Amino acid sequence: MALVEIRKVNKSFQRDAQSIEVFQNLTLDFEAESFTALMGPSGSGKSTLLNLVAGLDRPTSGSITVGGANVSVMSSTQLAAWRARHIGFVFQSFNLLPVLTAYQNVELPLLLTGLSRKDRDERIRIALGVVGLDDRMHHYPRQLSGGQEQRTAIARAIVGDPTLILLDEPTGQLDAKSSQEVLALLRRLNDEFKKTIIIVTHDAHAAERAKSILHLEKGDLVEKAGSAA
Amino acid sequence: MKIPILYNVRSVMQRPFSTALTALGVGLVVAVFIGMLALANGFRVALARTGSDANVLVLRKGSDSELSSGLPRDVASMIAASPHVATGADGRPLVSPEVYVLVPLAKIFDTTQVANVVARGVSEQAWNVRQNIQVVAGQRPASGRSEVCVGQRLTSRFPHTGVGETMHFAGRDWTVVCHFTAAGSAFESEIWGENEQFMPVFRGEVFQSITFRLKDAGAFDEARRALMDDRRMTVDVHRESEFYAQQSQLLGLILGYLAFGITSIMAVGAVFGAINTMYAAIAARSAEIAVLLTIGFKPFSILTSFLVESAIIATVGGLVGCLLALPINGIVTSTTNWASFSEIAFSFRVTPGLLLWGVVFAVVMGVVGGFFPALRAARLQVIQALR
Amino acid sequence: MKYLPLVLANLGRHKLRTVLTIASVALALFLFASLRTVVTTLAATAQFGGARRLVATNSTGIVFPLPIAYANRLKAVPGVQGVSWANWFGGRYGDGKRFFANFAVDPESYLAMYPEIVIPPDQKEAFLHDRGSALIGERLLTQFGWKLGQDVTLQGTIFPGDWTFTIRAVYHPTDPVIGDDVLIFHHEMFDERIGRAGIAGWFIVQIDNPDNAPAIAKSIDDLFRNSSAPTKTGTEREFQSSFATMWGNVSLLMGTIGLAVVFAILLVTANAMMMSARERTGEIAVLKTIGFSDRMLFALVMVEAGALALSGAAIGLGGAKALYQATKFNGLGFLPGFNVTSATLLLGAAVAVALMLASGLVPAMRAARLPVVEALRHVE
Repeated sequence: MALVEIRKVNKSFQRDAQSIEVFQNLTLDFEAESFTALMGPSGSGKSTLLNLVAGLDRPTSGSITVGGANVSVMSSTQLAAWRARHIGFVFQSFNLLPVLTAYQNVELPLLLTGLSRKDRDERIRIALGVVGLDDRMHHYPRQLSGGQEQRTAIARAIVGDPTLILLDEPTGQLDAKSSQEVLALLRRLNDEFKKTIIIVTHDAHAAERAKSILHLEKGDLVEKAGSAA
Repeated sequence: MKIPILYNVRSVMQRPFSTALTALGVGLVVAVFIGMLALANGFRVALARTGSDANVLVLRKGSDSELSSGLPRDVASMIAASPHVATGADGRPLVSPEVYVLVPLAKIFDTTQVANVVARGVSEQAWNVRQNIQVVAGQRPASGRSEVCVGQRLTSRFPHTGVGETMHFAGRDWTVVCHFTAAGSAFESEIWGENEQFMPVFRGEVFQSITFRLKDAGAFDEARRALMDDRRMTVDVHRESEFYAQQSQLLGLILGYLAFGITSIMAVGAVFGAINTMYAAIAARSAEIAVLLTIGFKPFSILTSFLVESAIIATVGGLVGCLLALPINGIVTSTTNWASFSEIAFSFRVTPGLLLWGVVFAVVMGVVGGFFPALRAARLQVIQALR
Repeated sequence: MKYLPLVLANLGRHKLRTVLTIASVALALFLFASLRTVVTTLAATAQFGGARRLVATNSTGIVFPLPIAYANRLKAVPGVQGVSWANWFGGRYGDGKRFFANFAVDPESYLAMYPEIVIPPDQKEAFLHDRGSALIGERLLTQFGWKLGQDVTLQGTIFPGDWTFTIRAVYHPTDPVIGDDVLIFHHEMFDERIGRAGIAGWFIVQIDNPDNAPAIAKSIDDLFRNSSAPTKTGTEREFQSSFATMWGNVSLLMGTIGLAVVFAILLVTANAMMMSARERTGEIAVLKTIGFSDRMLFALVMVEAGALALSGAAIGLGGAKALYQATKFNGLGFLPGFNVTSATLLLGAAVAVALMLASGLVPAMRAARLPVVEALRHVE
């Protein structure tokens, strides 16, 4: 059984009076420990797919199971709790809370667990160590460079030891050097720590660092490179 | 170059909710401001009108109010004979000796609430000497009868005061035979009866005050000296208008302080609100400001532009406040004038001047509140703003 | 409580805005407490009155006197344990700008009836034995800089002339309504000086049983009904409350202003909350993505609103209470015992809670209902 199973998913949006179909009968799997890049032009639905897998959005019909849990039928309260435990999400624009330090930002998902202060502290330090930011943990986002902010976001994404890490255009706003840092980190998370990663990007160089690439065009998979099923 | 005001007006309209809240806050402060000043104003006017520059009020020496004074009959005759006293059309001296006491009357809506109402004993001359007295219903009390005339402001607040009805005080029945007005002054809160009727039931053969019309209105000081130097009497002599104005001092002062104190505190709160709003507005529009700077507008123009914007919001608030305060104009309220211990009724007086002050006050609040935010806007560096 | 840093951090986002908002709330509640205390103080003065004391005045009006001779006849009325009398003097000190009550009493009987007037025994003896002496309230020492043993001269307004007294005693009132700024002197001295007129302004009658008050009052009034100075007798409380009503519509005025104030501040706070909320749409979306539930976000915003409202309340209400207590404010003598009551504090706290709900509810619901996916577009 694949870690993520997408079965016959349809998704459409209402924009004004029109109904826009994003996916029709999409069926797709992601294996555990895979590192997949989702590519495609804008409007192809790649971000939407990510949102569906994360339980942030619901398919019009069809089912999505992640690690055995059917996220397409869970209530929003259940999904929130589920997300806290199983998903680490990284956005394109830095998504750190500016009023909190790097340490406090990384702590956020752990606040939703029942862990003691000591346990939380341990995990935060580990996460920040993995992304190479232990010396900056008490800095505020405005004191960090773009790349550092993104790595902090990744630390936050992994601190709860989630089942799945999802990234939506993580290098979109970074320069070449910072992008390299981030991508190298992701590769390491996958190789060393066996994390399952799905990254949405339109940057071919970024996609190359993944182990397989999926192309989406107008909601359809057009080409597969590397093994997926 | 000046930034067009239209930019400010349009921007303000872009955030209607926030603008409305701030304006309303300012409006409430202005409304309270106008309301309290209208109260103080009404009180002051009622007492100010209660006296004429051309009249002189004589009390026993050392008395600070009509209530505590006492003058024997012969003093009245001596004053009447004075050359400083004007004569009426009928050739008689315009002198009015009067009895002044307080009688407890239960209020109409709640008879357990008792007010001390002024009962003034008068002679025929009183109606001529005291200014602005007009009988508006019925006829003046006839001599020798147990009749009274009731001031207009009392009729709605105390029972049994209609023309033809009977009041009861000082152990006697009195028939109400007329109502009178006195240009909204304190006299309108009084009951007038004949001296000879009041004297036996109250304080006996003694007057509380003697009022006369000056033959020459400019000769007050002379008249005063003449009377005070006269060895046959020990009196204090006041210009009628000054005396009543001075009686209102304490309460007027209290009302003034209250108005000032309450409104200042509220104003500070409203200014804080304005500050918050303006800072938020400027933060949201930093890109716009950068564009303006790039085009070539000077920072000073930016400063004035935002000050104007803040003032616009505040002015709207001020107008709202005026609208809120207008309805109270004319509402009659009463309290005790502690200086004379008597109940006085007066109405809120909202004047155009007061409304103008209210709007000015609003603008001041807006400018004060908008100053530091506007300063920040003016100091914005283009690079920062475009980040 | 682990969420506390998050709440505090959010409030610290715009320190100035937070400070200004809290300050506004504090000011509003300070004003509210002050206005309400005027109302409660006046009500308290209306409530004052020994249950066993009756006051008899001339029914024609309180400005008319009663014959001293009534005293003996009053003593003979069944149920009456003691009789005393007093005259309002209304004297002025200096330029007369600082008003204070002063009256002449029959000292021994009067002090016996008012245990609330506490005097050191030696001073009391001195006062009782010196007919030209005066007993003053402790506030007058500081108000005019008077000292024990000093002579003071008042200008008579109703009873003209200069009246000089030696201060022999200073009292402390155990009931604030009595006022700590009254000057009392001997009726004997007063009576002699005005030529033995034998008049009293009012009589205070001590009775055996409060339940008998109405009956005894009626017997007294019946006794003098047909004389030239008929009486109107009632409990001391009725007498006091009639003075309180002389203020007229003050309560209504204070209440209305209080309402306007609260409302105005509500607007300021609500405005501040909504501004904050609008700026944080992106962050709220991120929190939801991490897994914070709708309910939690609702609670977060409400707690922030609550923190603002309650800290403002604590400062404003606490400040009012402390200020008036420390300065012994008494409204120029017209508002004795001016003290912010616990009831007023509770009411103020309730207002703060209402403020929290009213200003926080809409932003909190907006945050809870924020559709993550929509908001994420803002984040991108």
